[in-house]
Amino acid sequence: MTELLDNNLLIKKFKELSEKNECGLICYALPGYPNYDYTNKNNNDDYHDHNNTTLQIVSAMVEAGADIIELAIPFSDPIADGPIIQEASYQSLKAGTTPQMCLKIAQKIRTRYPQLPILVITYSNILFKLGLENFIKKSCESGINGFIIPDLSIEEADEYIKEASRLELATIFLASPNTNEIRLRSIASKSSGFLYLVSVYGTTGIRKSIDSYTIDTIKIVKKTLGKTIPIAVGFGISKPLHGKVMINAGADAIIAASALINIINKTKDNNHDNNNDDNRQMLEQIRYFVASMKKVCRKENRHSK
Amino acid sequence: MRIDYPIDGRFGKYGGKYIPETLVPAVEELESAYKRYKNDPEFQDELSYYLTNYAGRPTPLYFAKNLSEYVGGARIYLKREDLLHGGAHKTNNTLGQGLLAKRMGKKRIIAETGAGQHGVGTAMASAVLGLNAEIYMGAKDAERQKLNVFRMQLLGSKVHEVMSGSQTLKDAINEALRDWITNLQKTYYLIGSVVGPHPYPMMVRDFQSIIGQEIIQQTREISNTLPNVVVACVGGGSNAIGTFFPFVDHSEVLLYGVEAGGQGIHTGKHSATLSAGSQGILHGMLTYLLQDEFGQIVETHSISAGLDYPGVGPEHALLKDLKRAKYVECVDDDAINAFLVLSKLEGIIPALEPSHAVAYAMKLAKHMNRSENIVVTLSGRGDKDVEVVSEYLRMKEKKEK
Repeated sequence: MTELLDNNLLIKKFKELSEKNECGLICYALPGYPNYDYTNKNNNDDYHDHNNTTLQIVSAMVEAGADIIELAIPFSDPIADGPIIQEASYQSLKAGTTPQMCLKIAQKIRTRYPQLPILVITYSNILFKLGLENFIKKSCESGINGFIIPDLSIEEADEYIKEASRLELATIFLASPNTNEIRLRSIASKSSGFLYLVSVYGTTGIRKSIDSYTIDTIKIVKKTLGKTIPIAVGFGISKPLHGKVMINAGADAIIAASALINIINKTKDNNHDNNNDDNRQMLEQIRYFVASMKKVCRKENRHSK
Repeated sequence: MRIDYPIDGRFGKYGGKYIPETLVPAVEELESAYKRYKNDPEFQDELSYYLTNYAGRPTPLYFAKNLSEYVGGARIYLKREDLLHGGAHKTNNTLGQGLLAKRMGKKRIIAETGAGQHGVGTAMASAVLGLNAEIYMGAKDAERQKLNVFRMQLLGSKVHEVMSGSQTLKDAINEALRDWITNLQKTYYLIGSVVGPHPYPMMVRDFQSIIGQEIIQQTREISNTLPNVVVACVGGGSNAIGTFFPFVDHSEVLLYGVEAGGQGIHTGKHSATLSAGSQGILHGMLTYLLQDEFGQIVETHSISAGLDYPGVGPEHALLKDLKRAKYVECVDDDAINAFLVLSKLEGIIPALEPSHAVAYAMKLAKHMNRSENIVVTLSGRGDKDVEVVSEYLRMKEKKEK
C-alpha cells in the first residue's frame, strides 16, 4: 500500500470506522445533475449555495450517514458505466458542467464538512487534458482527498501515483472478479486509502440480485489482502440487502452510485420544475435510501465473522 | 536502424492500455494468443487460404489511365481493395481476427461498425468460420447506411443500434467495450480499425499490411521501382496503416494520409483528428483526439460515415510526429467531386472514404511529373454511398437555384 500520512481524511475515516466496528458507506454524486443553477446572475455565494442542487444532495447523503463522497467529473465516453450513469453524465455535460465547476462544488462541500473524505471519480482523459500535475494540484486545493479513475490501469499510472502521493492524495485502483492473485497484490500495493473491488463482470448499474461469484470474489480478495488495505465493493449495489450480503462476505465499505442517480431520475420525472421545493421530495428519498444503506453498515460486526 | 513499433504496447508515447481492470486479463489473453499464432505456419496458411480463395487476394493494382490523363501529371494507380470480398479492405482484418478467435475458443464475436463495412466484414467472416456475431452500430449510422444493416442481417449477424451519445462510431465502440466487459469469458471483441488498447493497433496493422506488401510487389513488377507517392484515407486509419507500414523504411516514398475535412476545418464540422486535434485518451489508447478544452470528446462530421471518428490509430500519431507521413484533409465537396469523376472516367464507383484519398491524389498528381507514380488505396466500393451522394447532389442543386 502506498503510504499516506495519517492526516489524510480517508485514512482517518477508515480508522475511525474500524474503531467503531462499522463498515463504510460511499455515495456517488454527479455535479450538474439533475440540475445546476449555472446561469444565476446573483453573485451572492450564500444564495448560490442554497440553490445548488448538488450541494443539497451531498448534504442529504452526509446527514443520512454517508461516510465518504465520490464526486464525479462527467466524461463524454464513460466506458465503465451502464445506462443510468451514462445518461446522467450526458445530461450534466449538456447543461454545461466542466471539471472546474465540479472542483468548485468540492470546495463548497469541503467548507460545509471539514472532516468529510471527498474523492473525485472521473476518466483518464480529463486528467490528461487538464494536465496531470495541474489537475491534481487544483483538486488538492479544492479539498479533494483522492481519486478513482476506472480506465486507468496500473501499467499507465506511474506519473499519476507520483503526483498524487506528493500531495498526500489517495490513489484508489480497481480490481475485478478476474484479477489474479499476483495482479491483485500489485494493484493493492499501488492503491492508498482503499481498494475498489468491482463486484461483477459488467458496467455500473442497478441489479436485481447478486451472483455467487461476487461473494466468492470478495472472500478471496479479503483473504489475499487481509488487513493491509480496506476493501470497498461497488457496481450493482442497489438496495440494503445487497450491501448486507457484501459486508457479510467481508467488504469494509460499500459503494452506491447508480441506485442514487435512479432515485433522482424517479423524483425528477414527477417534478417538471426544478426549483427548490420540488427538490424536497428527491432529497427526502435520498436521505431515506442512504440511511437504510448505512443501517446495514452499522448492524454488522465485521470482526466477529 | 529500424525501430520495431510498438515497444511495450506503445508507438512512441502513443497507444498503451487505458482500460478498466476487468479488461486487462482479456487483452493479455489476446496478446499472448496473437503472439503465439502470428508466426504459426498453420495459422498463416489458413489465413492465406481464406484471403486467396474466399476473399480474392491479391487485389489488382490498376493504372487509372483516363483519370491520369484528365488530371495531367503523375500516373495514378489504384490499389483495388474495393474488389475484395465484402467490398472493402475490412475483410483482411476480419478473417485474421476471426481465425484467431476460433483458435482462442471464443465463439461469440462482437464488433463495432461505422459505415457498416466492418460490420459486414465481421458478419461474413463469422458466417464462413462458424462464429456468432453481434454488431454495434450508432443509430445515426444505421439510418444512413440501411443497406449495410440489412446485409449484416442477411449474413446471420445481429445488429444492435446504439442510442447513446452522438449515435455514431465512437458510441458503437463504447457499447462494444461495455458488452466485452460484461461477457468477456465467451466473447471475442473484433475491432475494425487500428484503434483500441494494445495489442489491437498492432494486430490490425499486421493483418492489413498485406495491402502495402502487394503494392510493393506489384509496382516492382510493373516498373521495377517503388511509387513516388502513396495516398490513403484516414478515419481510424486501418487501410492507411496497412498501406503505409511496408513503406515506412523506404524513406524515398512519400506517404499521405487524407482525413475528412467535412465542411471545412474552420467550421468545426469535420473529422480531421491529426490535422486539427490534440492529444488525449479514448478507447484505451493515447492518441490524437477531437475534444474540447475540458477533455470532452466532440461530435465529428463527415459525408462518409467511415471517417466520422474523433480518434485515430496511435501509429499514425507517431508517424505524424516523426514526419514520416503527412496528414492532410479533404472537404466533403472535393470528395464528392472525386467520387463523380472516378465513376465517370474509370467506371469505378468508389466508397466516399477513399474518395477523399482520390481527391487529394488528383491535387498532388497535377503538380508532379508524368514519369512519376502515385498509388491510391481504393479501400472500398461505393454501392453503399449512392443514396447519400444522390441526396447531397439534390441539396446542392436546390441551393444553387
